[in-house]
Amino acid sequence: MALAFDEFGRPFIILREQEKKSRLRGLDAQKANIAAGKAVARILRTSLGPKGMDKMLQSPDGDVTITNDGATILEQMDVDNQIAKLMVELSRSQDYEIGDGTTGVVVMAGSLLEQAEKLLERGIHPIRIAEGYELASRIAFEHLEHISHKFEFSATNIEPLVQTCMTTLSSKIVNRCKRTLAEIAVKAVLAVADLERKDVNLDLIKVEGKVGGKLEDTELVYGIIVDKDMSHPQMPKRIEDAKIAILTCPFEPPKPKTKHKVDIDTVEKFQTLREQEQKYFDEMVQKCKDVGATLVICQWGFDDEANHLLMHRNLPAVRWVGGVELELIAIATGGRIVPRFQELSPEKLGKAGLVREKSFGTTKDRMLYIEKCANSRAVTIFIRGGNKMMIEETKRSLHDALCVARNLIRNNSIVYGGGSAEISCSVAVEAAADRYPGVEQYAIRSFADALDAVPLALAENSGLSPIDTLTAVKSEQVKESNPHCGIDCNDVGTNDMKEQNVFETLIGKQQQILLATQVVKMILKIDDVILPSDY
Amino acid sequence: MERVLKDDAVEEKGERARMAAFIGAMAIADLVKTTLGPKGMDKILQSTGRGRSVTVTNDGATILKSLHIDNPAAKVLVDISKVQDDEVGDGTTSVVVLAGELLREAEKLVNMKIHPMTIIAGYRMAVECARNALLERTMDNKENIDKFRSDLMNIAMTTLSSKILSQDKEYFAELAVDAVLRLKGSTNLEAIQILKKPGGSLKDSFLDEGFILDKKIGLGQPKRIENAKILVANTAMDTDKVKIYGARVRVDSMAKVAEIEAAEKQKMREKVQKIIGHGINCFVNRQLIYNFPEELFADAGILAIEHADFEGIERLALVTGGEIASTFDNPESVKLGHCKVIEEIMIGEDKLIHFSGVDMGQACTIVLRGASEHVLDEAERSLHDALCVLSQTVNDTRVLFGGGWPEMVMAKAVDDLARKTPGKKSHAIDAFSRALQAIPTIIADNAGLDSAELISQLRAEHHKENCTAGIDVITGSVGDMQKRGISEAFKVKQAILLSATEAAEMILRVDEIITCAPRRREDRM
Repeated sequence: MALAFDEFGRPFIILREQEKKSRLRGLDAQKANIAAGKAVARILRTSLGPKGMDKMLQSPDGDVTITNDGATILEQMDVDNQIAKLMVELSRSQDYEIGDGTTGVVVMAGSLLEQAEKLLERGIHPIRIAEGYELASRIAFEHLEHISHKFEFSATNIEPLVQTCMTTLSSKIVNRCKRTLAEIAVKAVLAVADLERKDVNLDLIKVEGKVGGKLEDTELVYGIIVDKDMSHPQMPKRIEDAKIAILTCPFEPPKPKTKHKVDIDTVEKFQTLREQEQKYFDEMVQKCKDVGATLVICQWGFDDEANHLLMHRNLPAVRWVGGVELELIAIATGGRIVPRFQELSPEKLGKAGLVREKSFGTTKDRMLYIEKCANSRAVTIFIRGGNKMMIEETKRSLHDALCVARNLIRNNSIVYGGGSAEISCSVAVEAAADRYPGVEQYAIRSFADALDAVPLALAENSGLSPIDTLTAVKSEQVKESNPHCGIDCNDVGTNDMKEQNVFETLIGKQQQILLATQVVKMILKIDDVILPSDY
Repeated sequence: MERVLKDDAVEEKGERARMAAFIGAMAIADLVKTTLGPKGMDKILQSTGRGRSVTVTNDGATILKSLHIDNPAAKVLVDISKVQDDEVGDGTTSVVVLAGELLREAEKLVNMKIHPMTIIAGYRMAVECARNALLERTMDNKENIDKFRSDLMNIAMTTLSSKILSQDKEYFAELAVDAVLRLKGSTNLEAIQILKKPGGSLKDSFLDEGFILDKKIGLGQPKRIENAKILVANTAMDTDKVKIYGARVRVDSMAKVAEIEAAEKQKMREKVQKIIGHGINCFVNRQLIYNFPEELFADAGILAIEHADFEGIERLALVTGGEIASTFDNPESVKLGHCKVIEEIMIGEDKLIHFSGVDMGQACTIVLRGASEHVLDEAERSLHDALCVLSQTVNDTRVLFGGGWPEMVMAKAVDDLARKTPGKKSHAIDAFSRALQAIPTIIADNAGLDSAELISQLRAEHHKENCTAGIDVITGSVGDMQKRGISEAFKVKQAILLSATEAAEMILRVDEIITCAPRRREDRM
């Protein structure tokens, strides 16, 4: 590292432990950052599209994850490089915002960086490149709006929604039964959606998985499934028209929060305490019984005696139910969560048409189904599959599909998939570039080239000749001025994505372009990297 | 290239990743391959834990569970074997071997420059076709009870024939079928208790109609009770603690200590009186019974059994029809358990308590006898496999023949499909059929037979319509499976087929393996 010296030849120390730190400046820093960003994008590139491959990741503890989901791959990769971490963040924010397109956004950012590198070599200032990209992204953003379609659906006509979810699922391992899963996802979202406000609370959809069985057995339950069983083995396994008391207080003697002591110094006191204790249990159970509950769901444990009393009074009970599940049960059954026995009242009870226990496999695996609830606004998707990794991957895929369905309910505009939207944007940006004077023109052209990366990767992953295919499709788009032409990944025989029914959501695509541009701008603006050197 | 990952992380890409995955998975398959079939060999597993305990087993799931594996693809196979064990109980080796064979065939295709996605598409078509072929040929004898029973017997014998119990398979098959039929369709195998007592030979094992509890009767209490009324309880029978939070005893003189002690005793006496008040003559508690209450029970002529484990209690409650009680204030409404005779019996050296003549025949006990712990452990695993398969078959009564018959039926259907399918996928479909045929080949190889000869004979036989031929490993020839009574459950075969293909598909789709740096542990040597 270059050091400055004063007139006596002593170095100025500016940073703490300056000599131990390595530092990259100027063009070198930018080049290094771009290389790191590209390295991350390169890993994800092969996962894009319906013929994309999966990645196998082994965590520090030896657990294996097999996935195709960009956000998950990056999260589990445990990256060290700072710039690579930015890319991970990028994919994660796409995941939080949109839920789908997490791979695409990273690939796009990678190719923007690649183009920027070429411009840097020609001596264009990074800030000018960044500005050019910004202009270009706005053009693309507006163009997307221009080529988008509104499409109509209603609670009875869910076909368009199913088609869009199928596009998302087709790139995952579950594409064997994408139709079933897409239908499940759409039905689940519609069940909890508020069509008036155009909002969907995905927390109301619980995704539960259990190994065993096959993927086709995956089902949508209009109700809640809890991975628990009755507290006493001899309680009834099936309750019809259940009235559910939802409690967050344990069936145990009270524990006042303030410190206290009860001293036993005489026989009388010993006896009164005993009676008190018995009365206490008795009262608790009686309270539940009095308000007319036929099922008790409790967040905490039961004392043995209380448990037997419950059983004895024919009041089935479930213990150790987690907080989130408890809330879902309360929403689904229309009940209130009751924190104290004193506050139990008949109108606070939840109602469900059927509560049953179901056992699986050869081991003692039981789950509790709460169905036909008063309020069917909470649903559960119950996934079955051959092994644990399959279930996990299905969960991730379904999450993507759910997000897509939700986005469509929020905003029912779609663009066509298969890279067609990117190609169309690329053409539009290219055409617009000529109108800008100055260095930005170069950056805008590069942006147009970068947009081609997604269709190129799609074609490459599908085993097509990338450049031939891309140029053919592009010329078709321009000649027929049909923005629906994309890459024919599945070898169907037509390039028109409208015919193939491959849709993506407009907001998803727009978000991809915006987020990718933002991150690239940020990376380009860095011109000095100071790292603690290795020790 | 810039380093993106942490220092110790390893990244493998493309061909190398695929090879690593294939080789790992195939190595696991080859490891368990030799245990397949009636003449499969066993493995000795030595644990790294204290005592270096040794397990001798033939069960695929047990072998794979005990291995420490580093290769991520191999872990996928271990996982499917575990799921197979939980879900249907048997076929844990077959599922791994089939997945391994599918990958072996896929490797050849990848070397022929066929894209993995094409292979997967072909496999998917093949698996659908194979499953339909099996479905068409299933037999269902649900209606005919005698026939169904003989089906169950055949399945049990087929399952047991590859295990340590094969010498006495008829005897044990009988045991297992009896036990499972008692369950009346429930798959809760906990109602079947397996007791292991070293000594004697495997043939001395027996099924007990009633229930055997591995406990001793308290001193001075009756050793034999007829027409027993049993109270099954889960309650503290030591000094009953005061459960109100923060309560503690604080006294200022010795006299008071004595008083409180007396009160405690009084409390216990009352509790015991209440229990006796139920009109019982046997009391079984999950928790300890201290000397004092035990003495009280003995005085009242009541048999008191302490510290039965939780499952034992549940089973006992199930068998005798009583409820598990924890409070004793309402004697009239507590359901008591009943049985004809409770007596102490001797098996080998040990005294056990035997409940016989119970009302509900749902639960039962199988007592295994054998020369050593290892033999008993393995016998228990084998019997467990058989019980699992049987209980699943009771629910899904479709049955297939065994001895490689289902594989050949599937292979034939898949072959036909391959001939009809245009495009590169047909190579994959062909490969699928070869992988299916590998299973009977391995079974024959393990038995030291001329597999090439036998498989070709078998294939020729299967060219005829409605053929029932399979490999009879005992005589070493192709024979009629119907006559030899070799059957398998459809559910097991289907699970093997589906999860093996699913696993192969997952591994095939991988084109990059990223292994994170192992988490550092402080206590590493």
